[in-house]
Amino acid sequence: MSRLPDRGRGMSLIAADHACVRFAGTEVLHDISLRVEPAEIVTIVGPNGSGKSTLLRALLGITPLAAGRVSRRPGLRIGYVPQRLQIDRTLPMTARRFLSLPRRHAPAASAAALARVGVPEVADRQMADLSGGQFQRVLLARALLTEPDLLILDEPTQGLDQPGEAAFYRLIDEVRHDTGCAVLMVSHDLHVVMSASDRVICLNGHICCEGTPQVVSHAPEYRAMFGLGTQGALALYRHEHDHDHTHDHGHDHSHYRGHGPARPRGADTRGHGHA
Amino acid sequence: MLDDFLVRAGLAGFGLSLATGPLGAFVVWRRMAYFGDATAHAAILGVALALATDLPVGLGTLAVALLMAVTVATLAARGWAMDTTLGVLAHSALAFGLVAISFVHGVRTDLSAWLFGDILAVTRGDLAQIWGGAALVAALLIWRWSALLTATLNEDLAHASGLNPDRERLVLVLALAVVVAVALKVVGALLIAAMLIIPAAAARGIARSPESMAALAVGIGAVAAIGGLGLSMWQDTPAGPSIIACAAVVFALSAIVGPLRRR
Repeated sequence: MSRLPDRGRGMSLIAADHACVRFAGTEVLHDISLRVEPAEIVTIVGPNGSGKSTLLRALLGITPLAAGRVSRRPGLRIGYVPQRLQIDRTLPMTARRFLSLPRRHAPAASAAALARVGVPEVADRQMADLSGGQFQRVLLARALLTEPDLLILDEPTQGLDQPGEAAFYRLIDEVRHDTGCAVLMVSHDLHVVMSASDRVICLNGHICCEGTPQVVSHAPEYRAMFGLGTQGALALYRHEHDHDHTHDHGHDHSHYRGHGPARPRGADTRGHGHA
Repeated sequence: MLDDFLVRAGLAGFGLSLATGPLGAFVVWRRMAYFGDATAHAAILGVALALATDLPVGLGTLAVALLMAVTVATLAARGWAMDTTLGVLAHSALAFGLVAISFVHGVRTDLSAWLFGDILAVTRGDLAQIWGGAALVAALLIWRWSALLTATLNEDLAHASGLNPDRERLVLVLALAVVVAVALKVVGALLIAAMLIIPAAAARGIARSPESMAALAVGIGAVAAIGGLGLSMWQDTPAGPSIIACAAVVFALSAIVGPLRRR
């Protein structure tokens, strides 16, 4: 498309421009610019406390910005799956009833949504009695019932075992293919994320690096943050010698030092090859 | 019919439970028990101020209860340690209220009416106030039901659905203040929180949905009111505490029967 960059910006589902978030004077998110295009899966990775959830909450309009702005395509429908939802034992709530909060959906639509996420049998069960995997799928079904253009998921596989995790990400991918919705999610399950995403954003208070999973997994910032000895090791090891990342080295990397269990040999001193 | 004080008392108890049922459910779900206590105890201060300034008692309690509820909600939003803050506020409101009321002439003797209610002395005017207030609260909660429930479940979820959790919290705060003002005559400042919590907690044992829990809480509240009045007539016990005692018995029964039924 031969659109001007500014016009192209209006096409994104959601975009942050130089967004900053401060809590009690401390800047937790600095100069974040990102956008999500239709039908793509974007994953935000980063260590604990890197502001991943805060970023999602800022994009949703829950957390106010100290600077910058967030813009959404007019009429954008967002389906949101929160990080941790604990339904108090004192609140009786069947899965079917939960799907109709806050807006009522026809029983047939609710049943179809539960079937779509693979848990048609839980409709009349109490939410508090569901397993972790079932619970997350019901949350996803609720988000899908609003026919979203964009699904926002905050660590959706927290508390699931590895097969459960992999199955959940497969489901997300299927949903994306079926409905054409875009997906923006936060995760720390590195290797699963890498295979399930079109684009990865590496966050640690600011955006350290972003790009396709291939590009990001080669980025020294990413390696410094997660090291090579973590979960990502197997996926990354074979790329260790074809380091072809282009990156501006202007900003400060010193705060990563000591975070990764195994920093890549001389990563911040040796010259990077250019693609 | 309304000439019979017992009929008026029964209607007062039933009317009150229309509001305390659904509101009590939210108090239980949102763990606002102490919040209810603080607001209710503030009512005594409201009584003292109203008597001292010759204002209607209902107005005084409503104003002070509202002030207390808003204060607590504001402090909670600023992240104060709520358990301690509410403990401080609830008990100091009661203490200041009792001190203040001791300065008002002629009230000392029937202080227990404010603390434990005086349902047998409910007048037609009181009855109108109780039903008016209860209907207002019930209508407010029914109107905001879905939004309130979503915000209770998870504030971020409510936000993402285009709701404002702060506004929904304010709805509950308002409802609580109105309930405190109208319940004072029925069960008294010390037992208002019990009237909110016990029927709702008893309903939890047998309810399958939020709506049925609220409806059951209304029913249990009404049964407790009628039963308490019966006990009071039969054994000449104080009416307010008798109502709460009846609710507690229903709670105990539901705690035993509920798990059996679920099997």
